Amino acid sequence: MIKITEKPIDIQKVIDTASSLGAGAVNVFIGTVRNNAHGKNVRWLEYEAYESMAVSEIRKIIDEASHRWPLLGWAVSHRVGTLKPGEVSVVVAVSAPHRQQSFEACQFVIDTIKAKAPIFKKEIFEDGEEWVSAHPVGVMLN
Amino acid sequence: MKCTIKAFGISKEIVGGKTIIIDLPDGNTALELKNHLFVKYPSLAKLNSVYVAVNNEYAEDGLILKEGDEIALIPPVSGG
Repeated sequence: MIKITEKPIDIQKVIDTASSLGAGAVNVFIGTVRNNAHGKNVRWLEYEAYESMAVSEIRKIIDEASHRWPLLGWAVSHRVGTLKPGEVSVVVAVSAPHRQQSFEACQFVIDTIKAKAPIFKKEIFEDGEEWVSAHPVGVMLN
Repeated sequence: MKCTIKAFGISKEIVGGKTIIIDLPDGNTALELKNHLFVKYPSLAKLNSVYVAVNNEYAEDGLILKEGDEIALIPPVSGG
């Protein structure tokens, strides 16, 4: 299951989808919205996705993970829209025969989603807003 | 050929809309499209990165664009 959704993520559903009777471990990563960035209070985040390509990139990442580790199940759900501090932005779950495999695969999947998937977030502060990673630190748009 | 370019994230704000239509010579590559856009929208060049995606895949600079391709501008990603 790869889901991009505006609704709050059903974490249990992600876990249940990834689970397998053959697995000794289900590893779950839950990404949450932090209330601070660069020493400032974050009021909220706005997430946007190029949905068709995000799904295809995530599928490729899962394929690669499935080649590198003996995954028995997996599921990814990423939220888009307006998210407040404390809310869940992304859930990745993988299951494998042994826990070491599940830890490694889960980390690989979320790290690679963050590096490659065409999903974008903007931080909204009291005094302005900023697209994360868009500019080198200190550069401002006119 | 007329190319419809989808824009996302900060690139959408820079080009002024979710999609823009530009005229490119036939046979232009992804790199030539980027250079065309950097001239038209100089703020794009200030970003940490700009990739072109064609038909939902990251495009190499030398990829030749064709009529009907789904083309998108991918600024720095920040999912998760």
